Amino acid sequence: MDLSFQIQGGDFTSAGTASSQVRRALKELGVDAGVIKRVVVALYEAEVNIVAHAYKGNITARIDPERVFLKLVDEGPGIADIEKAMTPGFSTASQAVREMGFGAGMGLPNICRNADVFNIHSVPGKGTTVEITIQII
Amino acid sequence: MTVKEMTDALNLRAFTAEEGMEKTIEGGYTSDLLSDVMGYADAGFVWVTLQTHKNIMAIASLKELAAVVLVKGLIPDQDTLTLARQEGIALLGTSEQAFEFSGRLYRMLHP
Repeated sequence: MDLSFQIQGGDFTSAGTASSQVRRALKELGVDAGVIKRVVVALYEAEVNIVAHAYKGNITARIDPERVFLKLVDEGPGIADIEKAMTPGFSTASQAVREMGFGAGMGLPNICRNADVFNIHSVPGKGTTVEITIQII
Repeated sequence: MTVKEMTDALNLRAFTAEEGMEKTIEGGYTSDLLSDVMGYADAGFVWVTLQTHKNIMAIASLKELAAVVLVKGLIPDQDTLTLARQEGIALLGTSEQAFEFSGRLYRMLHP
């Protein structure tokens, strides 16, 4: 099953919509609850990253019997130093975003902890691509 | 303990009506950082926070939390309340600070 979502940068009122729909699809397919929890955390964080940092983005979720594969491609400022961005507590989020309780520098670490495979590729000035694989069996 | 029992025992204000009152409380989590809750709270937890915007209910729903309690007499945004009703999750409030409320809830859950 393939699901696809368009994400608008700055649109916090819709943040979590993709995660919610993927969660529903996984539940309907009877996927293990522990797997669903990990998908939800990883996808929500990656979705919020597009909302908080990018201009716009596209999410695709491929659900196979063996695994969930999530691909998030955004057009945005990109990440100059990925290693630094992965450091817990490091964030480039705006003050307004931080006041909402986002931008605590926990997003990428949360994705890392919950993904079986996590790839991030970024071109500064163009955008970022994140690929997350979570095994079902 | 159910959300209803906690609401009565700790004298909470219910912004939602009957929604989610029957849910069983498995634990609690106090934090104002959304990724902290996303990463570390678990299903059935009561989330204690000062955040009042709509995203808290999106997280509460995704994490299958039992209820959300706003501290220091804070009032939820209108769209936060609408989403709480839609998702069937109790949105509650206390005039206490997070520390005091969390302490009282902890004592109830771990007598």
